[in-house]
Amino acid sequence: MKILVCISKAPDTTSKIAFTEGNTKFDENGVQFIVNPYDEWYALVRALEIKEAQGGNVTILSVGGADYEPIIRKALAIGADDAVRIDAQESDSLYVAKQIAEYAKDKGFDIIMCGKETINYNGSVVPGMVAELLDLPYIPLAVKLDVNAGVATLEREVNGGLEVVEVTGSFVLSAAKGMAEQRIPNMRGIMAARTKPLQVVPAFAAETSTKLVSYDLPPAKGACKYIDAEQAGDLIRILHEEAKVI
Amino acid sequence: MRTDLYQGHDYYLMDELLTEEHKLVRDTARAWVKKEVSPLIEGAWEKGEFPRHLIKGLAEIGGFGPYIPAEYGGAGLDQIAYGIIMQELERCDSGLRSTSSVQSSLVMYPIWKYGTEEQRQKYLPKLASGEWIGCFGLTEPDHGSNPAGMTTNFKDAGDHYVLNGAKMWISNAPFAQVAVVWAKNEEGRIHGIIVERGMEGFTTPTMHGKWSLRASDTGELIFDNVKVPKGNLLPGRSGLGAPLSCLDSARYGIAWGAIGAALDCYDVALRYSQERQQFNKPIGAFQLQQKKLAEMITEITKAQLLTYRLGQLRNEGRATSAQISMAKRNNVNMAIQIAREARQILGGMGITNEYPIMRHMCNLESVITYEGTHDVHLLITGMDITGFDAFK
Ligand SMILES: Cc1cc2nc3c(=O)[nH]c(=O)nc-3n(C[C@H](O)[C@H](O)[C@H](O)COP(=O)(O)OP(=O)(O)OC[C@H]3O[C@@H](n4cnc5c(N)ncnc54)[C@H](O)[C@@H]3O)c2cc1C
Repeated sequence: MKILVCISKAPDTTSKIAFTEGNTKFDENGVQFIVNPYDEWYALVRALEIKEAQGGNVTILSVGGADYEPIIRKALAIGADDAVRIDAQESDSLYVAKQIAEYAKDKGFDIIMCGKETINYNGSVVPGMVAELLDLPYIPLAVKLDVNAGVATLEREVNGGLEVVEVTGSFVLSAAKGMAEQRIPNMRGIMAARTKPLQVVPAFAAETSTKLVSYDLPPAKGACKYIDAEQAGDLIRILHEEAKVI
Repeated sequence: MRTDLYQGHDYYLMDELLTEEHKLVRDTARAWVKKEVSPLIEGAWEKGEFPRHLIKGLAEIGGFGPYIPAEYGGAGLDQIAYGIIMQELERCDSGLRSTSSVQSSLVMYPIWKYGTEEQRQKYLPKLASGEWIGCFGLTEPDHGSNPAGMTTNFKDAGDHYVLNGAKMWISNAPFAQVAVVWAKNEEGRIHGIIVERGMEGFTTPTMHGKWSLRASDTGELIFDNVKVPKGNLLPGRSGLGAPLSCLDSARYGIAWGAIGAALDCYDVALRYSQERQQFNKPIGAFQLQQKKLAEMITEITKAQLLTYRLGQLRNEGRATSAQISMAKRNNVNMAIQIAREARQILGGMGITNEYPIMRHMCNLESVITYEGTHDVHLLITGMDITGFDAFK
């Protein structure tokens, strides 16, 4: 089984969010980056479980600059076999998807796994685009993945329930919460990661299709109003007259 | 206890001095602590027991001999990585760090440095994996700050030694398989001997009634005509310098560890001061509370700089014992002061086990006493700078 796991970096959830250059650039000063949790906890860990059970190879792929290498090393420490960094500035989703597809197209991966979204941009579209560009089936929001005799069985979240699908041949998926459990790397893994191959390939020629205009912070949280539990009537009145939501 | 929300504090951007591997080691230790230890530490402390099921995980994150070469089962990391692991462990609990630093610096270190190749092969891989736990017997009931006065002794009995005496206050003793014991030979010279559980006449009664370091097991080592094979003597070094060099390594780890305890207290107090409202504003908005918090982060930052530099010197093999004493003394004292101040910021909540501060404060009372008391380290600095020995 040859599996490609695409990982992105994301700011730690405790980071202070600020912008520079006239609100057109995310201020990375003092921000701790982590592996995007959906990519790490679910996609990568499930890929490793499948490899450990059936043999094979798990390759990490990131599209980004040298600042991606710490998170790539972490993925290698958790257990991936090798890694590729496409040396490109990540811009819009289509650009990233084109880089991934261009790299993966002739490598014969059985499964290309992504997280369901990044926790910073929440675009959720890269894996779908990769599937389209490679003309492969796409199973989004998968919460379970089993592979038996070349047939993959997946469970995916659908409105109000679960859907079970089977795929034969190569495919792309996006992993959602539940597919696996977080793994903490161990010292053996950290030591092994020192010598695992990390190949840097130049960016493929691709156009970006959108242009970033600016970022804005969400409006500050308003003040909180407490209503005595005995006075439920007040709550109804305020929701009706002041908040005008009922 | 509440969810562990701990975040590191790095006022002087010290992270820029760390390698990616250092940070990975730190993240690993922190993630493990939050997942496996934080939820149960208050209970373990209350029960007065080291949670032994943690040993395997401690080994996996490099808690046992991280700087020991990989050929002996260690991780081959540098001294800064060792310090970082100690800091993350003590951030949670000084007892957790004690279990790990005794194993690393007081058991594996002397076997690695002063043992034979056979002893290294026999003990180090099992100690690194946590299959065996070790302890270090130096202190005796009548000889604490003055270990040179020890009375534990061994006699040559032809094909083996016969060991007699008693050690007290020994961390990990109640469940250790291996004890590195310091004892005098017939000429009165101090040697290290490896004693194994199961040797006849060797017992390890648990000590009870501690109000400090409760999540670490402490015991006695009693030797009643214990026959120890001659091959268990550490041949590489003798004299008081041998155990003291192990203490150098452990004290260095404590210097890092104490910063962890201080950071946890500061982190909790800072968050509490931003959330707790009195007189219609957060208590962190009052100057008196700000003074406490500002002084805490100042002291933490100074300790971080001191300790990082000490780590560089240790990596180069240049750190002196006196330099290590200064860092151990300064950092533990800094941490204990911060724990006391932080506890007050939390008011009444500060004395409960909802928050870790009171536990850190109690633990640090041991840390300021063991591995050389606060006074003893001052005398070491005093002797180093004046040339006069004020011990005797
Ligand atoms: C929880 C815990 C775990 C421990 N684990 C271990 C272990 O694993 N292995 C081990 O060998 N030991 C261990 N110890 C022992 C520890 O190292 C000793 O307690 C320490 O060295 C102090 O010795 P003491 O308690 O006998 O105090 P004493 O030496 O009796 O000191 C009492 C007081 O006198 C002061 N004092 C002593 N000499 C002087 C002097 N010359 N000038 C001025 N003041 C002086 C001291 O600073 C102290 O304030 C542990 C202790 C504790 C509390």
